[in-house]
Amino acid sequence: MPPLSEQDARALLERTLKLSRAESCEANISTSSGGNIRFARNTVTTAGGSSDRSLVVQSNFGKRSGTATVNQFDDASIERTVRRSEELAHLAPEDPEFMPPLPQQQYVATNAFFDSTAGITADYRAEAAARSIAPAKERDCTAAGFLQDGTSWSAMMNSAGLFAYHRQTGINYSATVRSNDGTGSGYVTRDYNDVGQLDAAATARIALEKAVASRNARAIEPGKYTVILEPEASVELIQDMLFSMDARSADEGRSFMAAPGGKTRLGQKLVDERITIYSDPAHPDVPTSPWLGDGRAFQRTPWIERGVVKNLFYSRYWAAKQRREATPPPANIIMDGGSASLEDLIRDTARGVLLTRTWYIRFVDPQTLLLTGLTRDGTFYVENGQIRYAVKNFRWNDSPVIMLNNVDALGKPMRVRGCMIPPMRVRDFEFSSLSDAV
Amino acid sequence: MERRDFVQFAGLTAGALALGRRVPQFSGALTPIPAGDQKDLADAALNARDTKIQNTTNTESYGAGVRVIAAGTWGFAATADVTIDGLAQAARDAVAIARANARVQTEPVQLAPQQGYGVVSWKTPIEKNALEVPLGEKADLLAAIGAAALKAGANYIDSGLFMVNEQKYFASTDGSYIDQDIHRIWPYFSVTVIDPKTGKFESRDALSAPMGMGWEYLSGRPAGKVSGPGPRKYGNYYDMLEDATLAAPQTKEKLAGKSVLAGKYDLVLDPSNLWLTIHESVGHPTELDRVLGYEANYAGTSFATLDKWQSKSFKYGSPHVTIVADKTQPYAVGTVGYDDEGVKTKNWTLIRDGILVDYQKIRDQAHILGQTASDGCCYADSWNDVQFQRMPNVSLQPGRAPMTPAQMIAGVDKGIYIVGESSYSIDQQRYNFQFSGKLFYEIRGGKLAGMLKDVAYQSNTQEFWNSCAGVCDRRDYRLGGTFFDGKGEPGQISAVAHGAVTARFNGVNVLNTARKL
Repeated sequence: MPPLSEQDARALLERTLKLSRAESCEANISTSSGGNIRFARNTVTTAGGSSDRSLVVQSNFGKRSGTATVNQFDDASIERTVRRSEELAHLAPEDPEFMPPLPQQQYVATNAFFDSTAGITADYRAEAAARSIAPAKERDCTAAGFLQDGTSWSAMMNSAGLFAYHRQTGINYSATVRSNDGTGSGYVTRDYNDVGQLDAAATARIALEKAVASRNARAIEPGKYTVILEPEASVELIQDMLFSMDARSADEGRSFMAAPGGKTRLGQKLVDERITIYSDPAHPDVPTSPWLGDGRAFQRTPWIERGVVKNLFYSRYWAAKQRREATPPPANIIMDGGSASLEDLIRDTARGVLLTRTWYIRFVDPQTLLLTGLTRDGTFYVENGQIRYAVKNFRWNDSPVIMLNNVDALGKPMRVRGCMIPPMRVRDFEFSSLSDAV
Repeated sequence: MERRDFVQFAGLTAGALALGRRVPQFSGALTPIPAGDQKDLADAALNARDTKIQNTTNTESYGAGVRVIAAGTWGFAATADVTIDGLAQAARDAVAIARANARVQTEPVQLAPQQGYGVVSWKTPIEKNALEVPLGEKADLLAAIGAAALKAGANYIDSGLFMVNEQKYFASTDGSYIDQDIHRIWPYFSVTVIDPKTGKFESRDALSAPMGMGWEYLSGRPAGKVSGPGPRKYGNYYDMLEDATLAAPQTKEKLAGKSVLAGKYDLVLDPSNLWLTIHESVGHPTELDRVLGYEANYAGTSFATLDKWQSKSFKYGSPHVTIVADKTQPYAVGTVGYDDEGVKTKNWTLIRDGILVDYQKIRDQAHILGQTASDGCCYADSWNDVQFQRMPNVSLQPGRAPMTPAQMIAGVDKGIYIVGESSYSIDQQRYNFQFSGKLFYEIRGGKLAGMLKDVAYQSNTQEFWNSCAGVCDRRDYRLGGTFFDGKGEPGQISAVAHGAVTARFNGVNVLNTARKL
């Protein structure tokens, strides 16, 4: 897909809006181009390149609206899409929660696009795969992994005069290395906007070392343990909590953020006072789009500050109804930490379990945010400040709210899955049973 | 462009296909997408909050994917630019990718031979195309469902209709030119009841299933209604209004129900619950690509290793357990005529009388088991994604001896009868799992003794299936399933059904999931 410049995006969107016969109209374009390689059994399995694009047109008549999407950008296709959205709007019932298009907003500058990443070739991907496969073979292990890179361009315009444009690159590299005797497994994942930050060989080595170290794991009894969580082991729990901080569910009494008597926990202390979590689309380590698809601007937004809930996120309708600012959902998640390394946290642990990855995490109870999941790809027993031996994997049942109340120590945050998360030491993490899985 | 020109121009060795978007959008259909060029797709759905319709959307996506083998290595490229130049570029890109990877390749692709079928077509056998039902009728249905649930005591109801029409064209140098017109439908809702005094809440989702059917699924025909112990359940026809009306008082009863005492129970699992346990603990572990390690970096591998299959005596389950894979099953949401490698679909047995006897495999895997043909279960969820092995409909077979759910419950002294699926999680080799449900009924002395809450069951796959102490007969056979089975990197989704009868599992560990914040 050729790059979509700001000028081209504006021209395409103007062409679309000119065709509109609706009372108001909004159009969003997104285009993407990239490639990937997948390897397993110490060989490349699948690889591909792909590009796609879409134009979404929403037409409104009063409180009736219809949306149509197309991925062909010729004049006839665009006109057909505009007409289809208008027909749908005429047929749709009135939406009492309809909100008219926003006027122009102010967006912060974010530096999320890197030529280095946009220029990745199939040869680069194959080389990155080889960097994992060759060392694994030398240590009697088998590597599997995935590298995906891409560029996305997005833009929107509406009949109220709003125009927004953003371009972003990204690369993700992950590898699982398993020992050939079937008793050890290690994992690593790294993601960046700038491929220049990725050292594929060093990254792959982390998975290999974990695979070798986790062989012949011993079983220890399930129960409540002090755990040291690498950022990869906690990121999904924290994401699940943040993306459950929707104001409407809380106001309606069907969320962990609801409080008895029709109230919410907004303004209340929810977790340990060392916990501060916010979003910032311009953060240099996790830059992302400064705007949401409905045109709202993402800004630096505190969610939890020193343990206290500072914001919930709103739809535009619910914010208007509740007379609140229409805070959009998190653009990214940045959790403050300290300066300690993971090794420092281990060194200060008398007795605990090091979790390097958690897996298959699902909600069990939305009332308490109880989640269940498993440990995977490297779980270790720690005693007197040292990793003593690998232990078998556990099933766990715990809530991120309870986990963040039981925090004992925080380390230096690192980027993982588009978020900044510190390593943590947490008391009384609940392991329910053992898993035989390696 | 003529179909044959398309294929010849693209210079394919394995195939080309064109289909639609990965995830059905919340949307509502106006009219069916014109079928003229055979490569369109329309995903359609409609959703509502309480009695108010919220989204009315139509989505279509059009493009082509080219998969090639060059130097013994797969290469794939996709494009939305479906012109001579666009396809030529995609084919060149696919070959370039294959050649770049060939130097790291150590297992050259070996394809099972496949006959060409010539020009053929297949269509989901539907009575009424859901996309042709007027939008107003759909909106009225959801509004009526919302009103009925609120009147029956729900505080909130979210509801929706997913309707998908996938129009897929496949061509390969084997000489197949395959048109498929695939329909799926899935009505859903979630009812929430809140206790204002305590602030506690409970929800209950619809007891519907995703089906390979048209609008007739929503007809509520009496033939689809299942009576017996516990709540009303549904088979091949669904009465959404009735289910939404019944859901509110059931959710209230659950909210007031007894919090379960953790411990061992005999479980009686309705097909609306058991389908998901089958999916996770049998469907995924018997995917050959997982067994061999191809999915190690994402979903994981499998405990059901080749040595267990080779032994011909691995006891996956008790003798009551026979599980069949089937891409041809009527009404099932994963049923098609041909897979995305141009292989005609079929059915075959995975577990016979408790013994592991086969896996799920595609053309480049058959030789690994010493077999000469694919099972016809290769799938790509979009023209933009490469096809790979995906789960067919995988179903627990009914028992040969007459047995109804009421008779089964009558034989249980201390147990729990579970209806509907909910929370689910399983490890990366499919040993340890934890599932919940929508409605839980305590069984005491062979009788249902009121509703329970805070229930999850946790077990090990082999222990669980070997604890199967009985299955009901054919009269109780029903389908469950999902539109959204996820697998692969980049992630793809696939629709899959799981048939089952009510089954009993002895001595399963049950947890209490209540916590305090």
